[in-house]
Amino acid sequence: MTWEYIFKGIEGALGMIASFDVEVADIALRSVKVSGIAALMAAIIGIPVGVLLGISTFRGRDLLRSFFNGMLGIPTVVMGLILYLFLAPAGPLGSLKLLYTEMGISFGQMLLVLPIVVSFTANSIEGVEREIRELALTLGASRVEATLKVISEASAGVMLSVIAAFNRAIAELGIALMVGGNIFVREGALNTRVLTTSIQMYVARGDIDIAIALGIILLAIVFTITAISNFLQSRWVLR
Amino acid sequence: MIRLVKVTKRYGDTEALKNVSLEIRRGDIFAVIGSSGAGKTTLLRIISMLDTEYSGEYYFDGVDTRKNQDGLRKRVTMVFQKPVMFNASVFDNVAYGLKIRGVGSREVKKRVEDVLRLVGLYDMRKKNAKKLSGGEQQRVALARALVLETDVLVLDEPTANLDAVNVQMIEGIIREITRDGVTVVMATHNLYQAKRLANTVAYLNSGELVEVGSVEQIFNSPNNERTKKFIMGETYY
Repeated sequence: MTWEYIFKGIEGALGMIASFDVEVADIALRSVKVSGIAALMAAIIGIPVGVLLGISTFRGRDLLRSFFNGMLGIPTVVMGLILYLFLAPAGPLGSLKLLYTEMGISFGQMLLVLPIVVSFTANSIEGVEREIRELALTLGASRVEATLKVISEASAGVMLSVIAAFNRAIAELGIALMVGGNIFVREGALNTRVLTTSIQMYVARGDIDIAIALGIILLAIVFTITAISNFLQSRWVLR
Repeated sequence: MIRLVKVTKRYGDTEALKNVSLEIRRGDIFAVIGSSGAGKTTLLRIISMLDTEYSGEYYFDGVDTRKNQDGLRKRVTMVFQKPVMFNASVFDNVAYGLKIRGVGSREVKKRVEDVLRLVGLYDMRKKNAKKLSGGEQQRVALARALVLETDVLVLDEPTANLDAVNVQMIEGIIREITRDGVTVVMATHNLYQAKRLANTVAYLNSGELVEVGSVEQIFNSPNNERTKKFIMGETYY
């Protein structure tokens, strides 16, 4: 009985994917877009911060590193709640009007995944910093050239940080639900429904077929991105 | 060519080098011998101008190295005990130093290919350097330093952990390049290697420069009792 119920759900889900449901495609594309923007913003801010933390020594550096490392494990519902309080009309950032918007989700997810980009980038830099810097210096590089070489040698790890950030963003539920609100109106321009919020909603409604279909799509996106990343890394690291 | 005056290096409370003063002449093959932890690598890093946090003075061709560090560092190249490879082909690894010196691409190609032939890695020039064996990587490291034709080549245990074939090959290359008047400063705990290659030997013990002399003098009639014990294998390390 148990297995039959699951198999029926999977069968229905596969049928739904095969028939290319426009609504499902719309939700999937929105997920990729919202989390892609979040990962991009986190990369723009986080990579320079990670590089700085990886190559330099300054007062408070260890504290800052500990802060970002600690933030790696922050529960997404807590982050969602904090963001909701800040972005609500009566909140300190209410004037930005980001609550219940795609950009609001991207902003929230960016804050969630920023520590991933910063910490992974800093770790990658630190992993090669001393030996590559000294090698470049002894081969005649200036200090600036040696630093650029360090960054270039750590680039595979930096790329991995952005992929990990995207995967974390697209798979999270708390922020998308609390800040996005799971809004969906057919052909609406202000929809905020993404894969995770719709899976949660359809499970609650008992629409297992569509929940499984969306789950398969979410996994497919994450695995595809990871596979592309692994391929690029293998080409990059040992080209 | 190289003159250190009362150089002391501390790591916290530990003195890695204690008041070391020495001179290395142009064209010399200068071997620093001593047991593990004697301060050999520290001394080499200072000579290579990679470590600049020490007390005392270091003159390179009569110029205080603290005054023109970046310029003078280009005249010394160090090959590390554990070869570090850039994530690039063998060719690109060897070409790096020439490229940052602004050497033209045609000249880079010629010089890199010549030196790769010298170290026997020409056929592997397109391979990723990280995929090579330890001995091959050490030869890439040596080629990368040789191609720059710097005045001083600093080698930190250049054959440590290598098989006999690679040891023989690397020692042959060192002999070959010193014919061109390159000054070589090398650290080794292999006394036979020092005897085979060097013409001047310095014995370092617990950061203290115990004795410096010609290879014959150090190995046949050392002045210091501690040097004698080390040469006779009576110093434990």
